[in-house]
Parts: sequence; C-alpha cells; structure tokens
Amino acid sequence: MRHGKYPLIITFLVPPLLLYGIFVLSPYLQAFQISTTNWLGYSAHADSVGMANFRTLWHDGQVWNAIKNNAVMLAVVPVLTIGLGLFFATMLNMGGRKGRAGVTGVRGTAFYRMVYFFPQVLSVVIIALLWREVYHPNNGLLNGALRAFGLPAPTWLGDPRTAFWCVLAVMVWSNVGFYVVLFGAAMAAIPRDIYEAVMLDGASRWTTLRRITVPLLWDTVQVAWIYLAIAALDGFILVQQMTNGGPNFSSDVIGLRMYETAFGSETKFGYASAIGVVMLFLTLSVAVLALRTGRRDRIEYL
Amino acid sequence: MDRPATTGVAKAEPTQAEQRQLRRELGVANVFSHGFLLLWAALTALPLLWMFLSSFKSDGEILSDPWGLPGALRFENWARAWTEAHIGQYFLNSGVVVAGSLTLTMLFGAAAAYVFARYEFRGRQIVYYLFVGGMMFPVFLALVPLFLVVRNVGLGNTWTGLILVYAAYSLPFTVFFMTAFFRTLPTSIAEAALIDGCGHFRLFFRVMLPMARPGLISVAIFNFLSQWNQFILPQVLMQGEDSKPVLAQGLAALAVSQGYQGDFSGLFAGLTIATLPVLAVYVAFQRQIQTGLTAGQLK
Repeated sequence: MRHGKYPLIITFLVPPLLLYGIFVLSPYLQAFQISTTNWLGYSAHADSVGMANFRTLWHDGQVWNAIKNNAVMLAVVPVLTIGLGLFFATMLNMGGRKGRAGVTGVRGTAFYRMVYFFPQVLSVVIIALLWREVYHPNNGLLNGALRAFGLPAPTWLGDPRTAFWCVLAVMVWSNVGFYVVLFGAAMAAIPRDIYEAVMLDGASRWTTLRRITVPLLWDTVQVAWIYLAIAALDGFILVQQMTNGGPNFSSDVIGLRMYETAFGSETKFGYASAIGVVMLFLTLSVAVLALRTGRRDRIEYL
Repeated sequence: MDRPATTGVAKAEPTQAEQRQLRRELGVANVFSHGFLLLWAALTALPLLWMFLSSFKSDGEILSDPWGLPGALRFENWARAWTEAHIGQYFLNSGVVVAGSLTLTMLFGAAAAYVFARYEFRGRQIVYYLFVGGMMFPVFLALVPLFLVVRNVGLGNTWTGLILVYAAYSLPFTVFFMTAFFRTLPTSIAEAALIDGCGHFRLFFRVMLPMARPGLISVAIFNFLSQWNQFILPQVLMQGEDSKPVLAQGLAALAVSQGYQGDFSGLFAGLTIATLPVLAVYVAFQRQIQTGLTAGQLK
C-alpha cells in the first residue's frame, strides 16, 4: 500500500529542508570558514589567515576575562538553582508531613507553583530591565529597603565588585521556578509507599532528600544540569541589558564579547566567528562532560 | 490538597505525649517550610508588583520613595509608553512576526516530523540527525553568517526575513519533539485508512494531524513563548533606521531613551504593558504551559 508515498515525502520534506539549510546549516558551516579569515565586515575583502584568529584569542585578555566570568557562572548557577529547585520542590510535594504514615504537599502548592514559574514565561529583556531598576542606587527597590533599615546603600550594578554577582543572582532568580516545577513533576512520579516506608524507619527530611529523592530524580537533575550549564555559558541578554559588561568589564561574558566584536563599534567578522567557534566547543564539551560524569543506572518503577 | 482522612491511619495508635511531641515537631516544620516558600514567593512577586505599581507613579514619586504607593492611577504613563515610546507599534510588529513564524514552524515542523516518523526512504536517518543536530549549537556561532545570508537574499530588515529565520531556528526542536510524538500514535488506523483508499495527503491532514493535537499544542506553546521573547535574532537582523523592531528590542530601546530623558514611569509602564498579556495567557493556560515547557526540556 506504499505506492504514491514519494509525492508526499518530497512535498513535506523539501521546503523545511530548504529553510533549514539556508538559514541554519549554511550559516553554521560558513562560520567556521569565516573564523579563519581577517574579514572586517562590510567590505568584501577578506584574506585567509589560517589559525591566526585563534592564536590572537589565546592571548586576548578581554576574552579570557569574559570566559572566566562564564566559568564562575558555570560553577555557581547550576548548583544554586538546582539546590533551591530541589529544596522548594521537596517542600511543595512533601512538606506537609501529616501524621506518621502520610506524605502530602503543603497547602497552596498550586499557588506557589504558579508564582514561582512565572519569570520563565517572561522575556529575558523584561527581567533584565526590571532588575536593573530594582538595583538602581537611588530609586531602586533594594536600596529603598536597605535605607529604611538604616543600612548602607551600595551602587550594585555600578560597582565592579558587585555587578557580576547581581547579574548572576537574577539568573538564578529567573530559573529556580522552572526547576521547581520540573522536579515537582518528577517527584510526583515516585511511588508514595517508598516515602512511607522511609518515614516509618524514622529517616529525617534531609536524609530522605539526599538518600531517596535525589537518587530517584537523578536523570532529571542531570538534564537540569546540562540546560543550566548551557545557560551559564550564555547570559548575554541579562548582561547586555543590565550592565553591558561593565563596570570596567567586570561582568563581561563571552556572548557579549562576540556580539560586540561583530556588531559593536567595530565589525571584526573573522575574529568574532573565531570566538563563536570557541563558544561552540565550550558548550559541546560542557554537555558531554555533564553526560559522562553524571551517568548512573536508570531506575524504573513498575 | 488538604486530606485529613489520611492523618488517622497511623499504624499503631501513638500515646498522647508522643502525639503532642509529634504535632509540635510538625508545627515547627510546617512554619519552617511555609516560611521559606513564602519568602521565595515574595522574592518572585515583589519586583513584578513593584513594576506594576511604579507604572502609575509620577517620576517624582519614583525618585523620592521607591516603596511608596502611587498617589493616583496615572494611566497617562501607559498612554505615553504606548504611543510616544511606540510600544503599541512594537507589539503589533511582534504579533505579525510571531503569527507568521509560528504558523510556518508548526506547518513545516509537523510535516517533516510526520515523514521522519512514518515513512521509510533512503538516507532518512542522516537527514533526521542533520535536522535535529541544530538544537546543539549556540546561536552565537551562526550570527555573523546569518546576518549576511539574510541580507544577500534581500530580506534584511524585513518581517519576511525574520519570520523565515524564526521558523528555521525553531524547526530542530519541533521536528525532534513531533517525530517522537507521531511515533507514539497507533499505526493501525493509518493502515486501515490507506486500505480504504485514503490518499497519503488526506491521511495526514484528516487523520494524523487531529490525532497529534496534544503534542502539537505543547510544542506550539513552547515555540510561541520562545519566538515572542526572542531578542538576539531580531537584534542582529533588524538593525538600522528603517527597521521595524519587535517588542523585546523596543523595550531595550525604551530603556536607553528613558535613561536620557529620566522618564522612569514611562519605562515601568512599557514593561508592565509588555508583561500583562503574557501574565493573562499564563494564568489562563498555566497547566498546559508548565507541562509544555517542562516536557520540552525533558524530551
């Protein structure tokens, strides 16, 4: 009965393939080629310079500074976000221990979930601009509160010692809710009797979380780790809109370096593409690393 | 949520003293957990609430007392943001672009996914992985050549160009998700329809698409949000004087001009106007959005 299937295959596959090939595949392939040239943008002139861009990159202090910031984000953001996500998801799903033999959620779970998740549907631009105002030294929400308590009012985003951490905090803030919902859904799939048995044995909340919940959620935690790691290597919109990498490059990230190199005051397309290639390899290695080190036996309950 | 029936089924009846002890521990634990939960809820909601309230304040009120309430409901701030700061126009731009790109994404994505899931042909695996591999790459790598490609095909600074690019970058995930979804659908109905003389095209539009509705809705929600909130692609592709910025770009531009003019209330009004529809859609479709987005990340 398969005669006549080729007209359908061709009509259904060729237009998407063309679109994908022109706007996704070919740019990615061209990027590698452009990264080996000294192309300065709007002129057509470009010489092949081999690996010279990558050698320059190796000695480029600004790029290293940006990579260092991304590395700090990579070390801090996933740990904090997953930690808070697991904590709140546990509270929501089994915070109310009713009697000895019951595990229930706390009152108002649906409400908490709704509030927590909301930043996830907002545009990152809105989040960045809103928090820029929250951190505003004079009329910001944060310093307004600090002043009310008679505490000193720092300049937050204007201070090279704090600017980066302020941006990082917003990154965690905007992501936690998503992982509360994600972990919550995974926890709901864990059979209740496991918890009831553990509780009858007198395990504390902390032991339950560490010995039962996290091992059973391991697959989900691993996925969360990969996504957060990729997000930590980006951070472009938050940084560009909140601090534009400043003050004095203290909150710079690699994505912003690449964007500024290509579309900022200069248009060094060749060099920017080289930074892009480095970003690709960083992202891929982080993903592979997370998959490798996190591999455990999959647990399935019947 | 609150199920008192389960409390009474403790295996052995505890003594009164034990029960009191237990209740006290639970009470502490509940206050403890509720305290943290409330704290985070406040941390999440407070900045948004503050943005909403500040959109009604006068600039003087904003500057003098960040925690104060607005003295009046100054909707003129909203009107100013909508017209003078062109938020209304940007809204419309975003709407047109996303309407086009979402339609195109779903049409192309579902069609390609259906072929990958249900038809055998030579090279299917390679083409599929080529398609889905696009999910792995950071968009930054493609930015420079993409800018040139779009300009070279004559679509720089146009909605058509932006629509095509949005759809192209949404395809890998859409195809990946929908291929998995079509594979879960039973084959028997399709075979029966073919035996009854139903054509392949009719089979897709009349039988398979309706059956795939739940998956289509999930992936459509996912794509809608990511396309509506897209910033980097339009920032690169819609540059220059004659461009028609989308909402995210417009807000960023508003933040810059607000900085020069000191129009704080206008910025808050603009942000609020951009947030409210998303909030309305979110509250209405909360469950679908949460499952749609989390399923999107897990698959």
